Amino acid sequence: MSPILVGIKRVIDFSVRVRVKPDGSGVVTDGVKMSINPFDEIALEEALRIKERNLANEVIAISIGPAEAQQQLRTALAMGADRALLVQVDSPVEPLTAAQVLWKLVQKHQPQLVILGKQAIDDDNGQTGQMLAALWDRPQATYASKLELEAGRARVTREVDAGLETIEIDLPGVVTTDLRLNEPRYIKLPDIMKAKKKPLDVTTLAELGVAAPAQGIRSLKFEPPAPRARGVMVKDAAELIAALQQRGVL
Amino acid sequence: MNKALIIAEHFQGKLNASTAKCVSCVQAIGDVEIDIAVLAADAGPVAAEAATLGGVRRVLMLERAENSEALAAVMAPQIAALGRGYTHLFGPSTTFGKDLMPRIAALLGVGQISDVMAVESAYRFRRPVYASNAIVTVEAPGGRIVVATVRTASFQPAAGGGQAAIERAQVEATLPTHTRFVSRSGANTDRPDLQSATRVVSGGRALASAENFQLLYRLADALGAAVGASRAAVDAGYAANELQVGQTGKIIAPELYVALGISGAIQHLTGIKDARTIVAVNKDSEAPIFEVADIGLVGDLFQIVPELERLIRARS
Repeated sequence: MSPILVGIKRVIDFSVRVRVKPDGSGVVTDGVKMSINPFDEIALEEALRIKERNLANEVIAISIGPAEAQQQLRTALAMGADRALLVQVDSPVEPLTAAQVLWKLVQKHQPQLVILGKQAIDDDNGQTGQMLAALWDRPQATYASKLELEAGRARVTREVDAGLETIEIDLPGVVTTDLRLNEPRYIKLPDIMKAKKKPLDVTTLAELGVAAPAQGIRSLKFEPPAPRARGVMVKDAAELIAALQQRGVL
Repeated sequence: MNKALIIAEHFQGKLNASTAKCVSCVQAIGDVEIDIAVLAADAGPVAAEAATLGGVRRVLMLERAENSEALAAVMAPQIAALGRGYTHLFGPSTTFGKDLMPRIAALLGVGQISDVMAVESAYRFRRPVYASNAIVTVEAPGGRIVVATVRTASFQPAAGGGQAAIERAQVEATLPTHTRFVSRSGANTDRPDLQSATRVVSGGRALASAENFQLLYRLADALGAAVGASRAAVDAGYAANELQVGQTGKIIAPELYVALGISGAIQHLTGIKDARTIVAVNKDSEAPIFEVADIGLVGDLFQIVPELERLIRARS
């Protein structure tokens, strides 16, 4: 049996209404609630369920982010991860760099599976899993809504634009999670106490031998989206039809 | 001179509309030669269709038995090999392109720009982040290949009438056997496709059951519309996953979007912001959907929806 690696990204909580900073340098994060990226929670839950079926010996939660991401890793440990690793960086890294970090950790831990969220709800890039699979030269099963393991293989149902697609991959490989893969468990108080005793190591890009690209994709300016014009309220179905006709839609 | 390669999305011998939108996006770069790559076991029909897109120079067919299903792990090494002579490598931001393009980028050792919504220059683009609550301008390094996915809702399809040359291409690439297609299931209906429909009728949790969704289907039929759903409705099992509209589902830009019993979570609004006219029917007058609706109606959708259907049928 071999371990499962899970990615845990610290992001602005999904319920927060994100605002752009007046100077356009980014979005407001001061005093804003931060959480585990929801897709990563699903990834962790799936890994835990596999371990609970005795198909993995260890679940390792990995975050790449600021020192504060230790909070999210503690939450991951409370959910049931066996240990955690923070790759501490001061500014956000590109998905390619994140994939290079995970690739280093894959070489070190020799997992059967790496389970990541299909996207992070901050940058909405949705790239890291596919990039890791490319660097590793192993299969990728993105947008998973069902994952079945059998002797050295995984059968994965994927949510695609046309409906559902099922593929079979040889392990090891990368799976990225969609919303309906599972419902993550709630954390109980004793789990939080237990999590404090679990190992949480901190390392750096330099220690892993990964260099952020000298020439990466740069974010130049953030802006709020253009607002929509204020609409009209109608009082019944007939008025609604009339309003549609007036707009030339019907 | 920029040289762009677009990866065609196709299914059952037909070109997906997303490809024509990628062509429009790439044309906006300016000073660009555009090629389209068609990977298939039998690429002929799709290549012929792609060749009619205006502004395309060549259509390159990569025909191999292994390309019978669109598996990213199988396609990526071929495109990475074919793509080395290009300045830009673009695909649609559909599940097809989102799965494939980052794998190609990593093989080429470059980053990727996801969901291009506007082109500012050959290396500068605008894209949405934080569920479209912010728009960021990004710049790719000059002198390196730009790999990107195109937010199809932001672009009109390229005009037809083109006569691109169709050629066979061959690349040296070892293809993996570790990933195998098993099966596909999905709604093969006569209804318009959600992603490209000009009209969409969408339902939320307030529909309260899969049976009640039939109300919505009848209205959609009267309008000739595709059907969509909120995440809440899909999670509750009222509608199939491929109908989900929003940040993590489909991003659409129809002429008319009718939201029935959808409260309008920010993640849902992300998926419909580019719709020309948004209609909202909800019993809660405080629902956030009314903040973006062009026409709003507060009331009981179980009364209003059949009434709307009747009025629309009476017109025709």
